[in-house]
Amino acid sequence: MRARGRASLSGELRPVRGALNAALGARRAGYRRLLVPAANAPEAALVDGIEVSAIPSLTRLADLLHGRWTPEPAEPAVPDPGETASEQPDLADVRGQADAKRALEIAAAGGHNLLMVGPPGAGKTMIARRLPGILPPPSFEEALEITQVHSAAGIGNGRLATARPFRAPHHTISAQGLVGGGARPMPGEITLAHRGVLFLDELPEFARAAVDALRQPLEEGRVEITRGQQALDFPANAIVVAACNRCPCARPPDRCACTALELARYQRRLSGPLVDRIDLVCQVETVPAVELVGRSGEDRESSAEVRTRIAEARKRQLARLAGTGVLCNGDMDGRLTRREVPLDKDLAARLLAVRSRLPLSGRGHDRVLRVARTIADLEGRDALAVSDLDEALSYRLDSWERVAA
Amino acid sequence: MIDACDPCLRRALLIAHLAPRIAGLLGGGERRAPGLLALPEDDLIAAAAGRRLERALAFLDALDMAAERERLATGASSAVCAHADAYPPLLRDLADPPAVLFLAGRADVLYLLRDEPSVTVVGTRRASPYGTEVAYALGRGLGAAGVPVVSGLALGIDGTAHRGCLDGGGVPVAVVASGPDVVYPRRHRSLHERVCHEGGVLSELPPGTEPFRWSFPARNRIMAGLARMTLVVEAADPSGSLITAEFAKDLGRCVSAVPGRVTSTVARGTNNLLKDGATPISGTEDVLDELFGVGVRSVADPGAPPSGPDDRALRTVLAAAGARDSVEAIADAAGMTVAQTRAALGRLELDGHLVRRDLGGWEPVAR
Repeated sequence: MRARGRASLSGELRPVRGALNAALGARRAGYRRLLVPAANAPEAALVDGIEVSAIPSLTRLADLLHGRWTPEPAEPAVPDPGETASEQPDLADVRGQADAKRALEIAAAGGHNLLMVGPPGAGKTMIARRLPGILPPPSFEEALEITQVHSAAGIGNGRLATARPFRAPHHTISAQGLVGGGARPMPGEITLAHRGVLFLDELPEFARAAVDALRQPLEEGRVEITRGQQALDFPANAIVVAACNRCPCARPPDRCACTALELARYQRRLSGPLVDRIDLVCQVETVPAVELVGRSGEDRESSAEVRTRIAEARKRQLARLAGTGVLCNGDMDGRLTRREVPLDKDLAARLLAVRSRLPLSGRGHDRVLRVARTIADLEGRDALAVSDLDEALSYRLDSWERVAA
Repeated sequence: MIDACDPCLRRALLIAHLAPRIAGLLGGGERRAPGLLALPEDDLIAAAAGRRLERALAFLDALDMAAERERLATGASSAVCAHADAYPPLLRDLADPPAVLFLAGRADVLYLLRDEPSVTVVGTRRASPYGTEVAYALGRGLGAAGVPVVSGLALGIDGTAHRGCLDGGGVPVAVVASGPDVVYPRRHRSLHERVCHEGGVLSELPPGTEPFRWSFPARNRIMAGLARMTLVVEAADPSGSLITAEFAKDLGRCVSAVPGRVTSTVARGTNNLLKDGATPISGTEDVLDELFGVGVRSVADPGAPPSGPDDRALRTVLAAAGARDSVEAIADAAGMTVAQTRAALGRLELDGHLVRRDLGGWEPVAR
């Protein structure tokens, strides 16, 4: 038996941070019963295989220990009805932006990181906010992981999370704020976005050190924080959506006043471990007023319709990737990509042509293959088609070496 | 090989020796050295050496020509003086032709400059993406047509024209304001190397000489003198590129310019040249027509196939991509879905019909 709680002066037991983690830890350590303050009980009871008892006060605790009182096993928290997927902002609210919507769908289907390029005010944030809503709802294990993070950060409401998180830290954030840390280690934004979406608006404005600190979480899906003798592991598997302007002056191409040198500098700020992990780059355009009022006959799909396609594509990936420990195409490393995306003779020849004509690195090559695989999954195809590869090629992000100084 | 007579070599070494003095003499305001480089040796010393007259004369007296020749041969692959057979004859039109040309690179460059008409392409260091694209396309087109492209190895338009020429398989010629072996700007180290490998770097200053402010307009006269045409791609007003254009005009050579946006500061110089009667250039073909006569030599495109794509849908997308910026607008114009349009764009880029702009957006390959 194990107990965790905080007593107030009146003898009542107050809730603590991390009750869910305490329950998971206690179960792992072989305990069969956990005593927690009443307010933490539903959260702790989400864990199977350990009996959770709700203790309202120190008096009751004494009663229990003396055998004068036997509490009922606590009931697990019911899912939070306030934030189900249906209440997420809907994709049908977005007018125009067909290119961004297509890229968003691919990103959601394959778990790919995405960079949106477009002028300020075009709606990059609005589009990014709609990504959690088109992802399939979290499985029970994923919901538990999300709740666990909330619990550790002290931002949960004691119920099982049902929606994928969306985090949008400001660009003034520090490396510690982004990946976690501190004297009493706290999870960072990438962990708070676990199983959901981390949105980095104005990517070039972020401190270099902060963005570079994302290297480990992006590569391993977790963050390791070492404090003295203690090492802590936080989960950190989120889809990263970044946004930036086309150039420093952010004017339309025909009125842009940037010199090639200024452009090169801007783009150099967009390099490093994060950009190396971005599979897709798409455009977000200022929508003409006519379209804002509504174009007749425009058929705008709802998030639910898109989500159905994405769920299908995810199912195909899960089946194909079973046993690899990877859930979606976006998480495949180079070795796995080459194994799971076999190329027939035509496609191999085509890729060879790509490598000789376009400045495509080895990593860029893998990224194109991963995206092409996801496009094929969305279309319900087992084998890659040439058009999948062509489309994937148009979303790639690594043709900047050509920019003349 | 050093194919230069002692008097000419002496003069080149004297100018290098006096270079810091000339810089002081001209001060900050006046950047050109009118007439100075045309003076005979004694007058040059008198004008430039000032209170260091004794030291300059002592320098000349102490010159050991045999040893100098040996030293020069290690820094430059060859040198020709005004009396040598390989000296570019067009340079003799200058009032102050360089006494010696030092070359780092391929020796046959000098014969090529003697026997083939060449074009000097210059422009601002602060080039716009438009200027960069045009300079590259012109460099590439001229290179592929076998016309040597002369430029100054500076950042911006100059460097881009060299790169284009290299990519077109042509012979790039750089005229620099330092010794031919000195890399300036430093960022162009690898470009300097490639130009040396495929063409040549020329200078009137001996190997090892660092650049001075006055030596930039001085080398501009050599660029203007070497070529039949001086083509300005983008230039502010006033600017070094306009100095080059002025030298070319004074020599009676053809001066041409690429039209720019009237609101752009880097197009003011070129647009003013056009108002003054410079030949407008909108592509490689215009340059070739001017050099060889209309239709005598035509553009050979080394990379992309000359005809458009064979597929009808691809042709529609290609046409739409030329006039529009967003994928959605291209899709609308072509009557296709965004996914189909994206696939077509990827295909067109791969086949060399489109180039992708830096952060999304496509445009047809300039020819």
